[in-house]
Amino acid sequence: MATTTVPVSTRAALPAARGRAGFGGALRSELTKIRSVRSTYWSLIAVVVITIGIGALFAFGRVQNFSQIPPGGQALERARDISQATETSLFGLILGQLVIAVLGALTITSEYSTGMIRASLSVMPRRGVSLAAKAVVFGAIALIVGLVTSFASYFVGQAILSSQHINSTIGQPGVLRAVIGGGLFLAVCGLLSFGLGAVLRHTAGAITASIGVLFVLFVLSGFLPSNWAVHIDKWIPFNAGGAIWENQSGTSMFSPWTGFALFCGYAAVALAAGLVLFRNRDA
Amino acid sequence: MIEARGLTKRYGDTLAVDDLSFSVEPGKITGFLGPNGAGKTTSMRLILGLDHPTSGTVTVNGRPFAELAYPMREVGALLDAKAVHGGRSAYNHLLCLAETNNLPRWRVDQVLALVGLSEVARKRSKGFSLGMGQRLGIAAALLGDPGILMFDEPVNGLDPEGILWIRNLMKALAAEGRTIFVSSHLMSEMENTADHLLVIGRGRLIADCTVPEFIAANSRQSVRVRTPQPAALSKVVATAGGTVHEDGDGLMVVQGLGVSQVGDLAFENSVRLHELAPAQASLEQAFMELTASSVQFHAGVPVEPELQPASAGRVA
Repeated sequence: MATTTVPVSTRAALPAARGRAGFGGALRSELTKIRSVRSTYWSLIAVVVITIGIGALFAFGRVQNFSQIPPGGQALERARDISQATETSLFGLILGQLVIAVLGALTITSEYSTGMIRASLSVMPRRGVSLAAKAVVFGAIALIVGLVTSFASYFVGQAILSSQHINSTIGQPGVLRAVIGGGLFLAVCGLLSFGLGAVLRHTAGAITASIGVLFVLFVLSGFLPSNWAVHIDKWIPFNAGGAIWENQSGTSMFSPWTGFALFCGYAAVALAAGLVLFRNRDA
Repeated sequence: MIEARGLTKRYGDTLAVDDLSFSVEPGKITGFLGPNGAGKTTSMRLILGLDHPTSGTVTVNGRPFAELAYPMREVGALLDAKAVHGGRSAYNHLLCLAETNNLPRWRVDQVLALVGLSEVARKRSKGFSLGMGQRLGIAAALLGDPGILMFDEPVNGLDPEGILWIRNLMKALAAEGRTIFVSSHLMSEMENTADHLLVIGRGRLIADCTVPEFIAANSRQSVRVRTPQPAALSKVVATAGGTVHEDGDGLMVVQGLGVSQVGDLAFENSVRLHELAPAQASLEQAFMELTASSVQFHAGVPVEPELQPASAGRVA
């Protein structure tokens, strides 16, 4: 660094400019951003490991319980376990959703905590384009990782359950939907958190809010008196989003796609609020 | 060309920028001066659209910044060298900025070489020194080979070597025909580099002129005299319309008269002089005088018309 000399020329023979800076460039930029920081890899690995690990543990528990039932009583138990085999293997999503939520929030809040947002907006001032590109890149990565995680969880879980023949198979009605749904669920959890991040702009606040919406509401709903619960439970974000991968026998829940659509609606509200504020607030 | 018209920004109760109108002319180094908190950074943020003005407009090459087709090709800005994600390498930091404006990858390597960061390009910027961070910020500003460059307090906290580098770079950039808009709270910094000055205090424009004009208009010239006959000199000077104050030790400072006038007066009246010297007010003094009371100043002294021809002649 011991130089005070200045280059002879700082000029560049850049290719002639055509059109204007737009969505394509913003997408490439956001992809570079997300792939060039370590926190992305750590959190994605955590999503995969935690989701698969908890699903496997849950499946293992089922197998252990089943093996202790005297042979005479196994038939009834087997039918029940098989009907729940898919969601048993996907149960790790309950924590995996929180990890993807952390990454979703960080994707936007780290720009504020580092100050990078000022550099970003002073090269690409069309804010709606910037935020949309960021959401698309993060959403795509979250969906791919979500699907891989969900399928891996399913197959690992079923392999464990199959030792007692209490597993499901991917061809059974509703199973493929649930497994794909697990991936969709993770992606939408991440985007919901991303939207909250754009609203709140602080990492800790955004993560806390996401955990509140995705997890704490769900836990609290367990304490409701049952005559309220039948009306309220299905509206809880986790229950609505979970409808697509859980085999909810209870009639008080939404059907898989209705519930998931509602969950997407919650995420859309967070994203829309984030977009409006992002466009209008001082950076 | 940057043009602000009636630019005003209010944060809650604080009026950060107050009805600011100015032009930054192409092909020159324009110094943007004011004490800390005068509204320099806010004005630059308004130019870049980071903040929305409460009222007024500001355009870059005739259009609001957000409407420029390729912003990086027209304006490069270094507002805050710390505005980077420390976990990202210098190369990736520049690449993600370049990609937004469809700039080629080779330009990233080129600007890294320009600022002397090629060897640490793959290192995370977290470990960079202040000077290296500043170079990275300048590399980012140069990516699009823009005609206008804005630097906010670029030498703040740098060692002498870094300061010299930035100074030389700014001159080189201006010599290439670029418009440079650089802020500082240090007058001395501008004395060497700036062609033109915009001075602000408490959010208001208080001077828009060249450096010599600024000194001439805003500092009273004075003459240092040492004499064993202070009483006699005081009387003579007062009669001729000057003012004197004694600094003790026989040293006197005369204001309102030139060096030759004081010398002639002393000779004609047989007052013995041991020392006679002009005390040239520095830009720093002029600036302090002006900004210390920027509000009163604004109320009392018209900015543009009187600063120019009348005063320019007085400064050699």
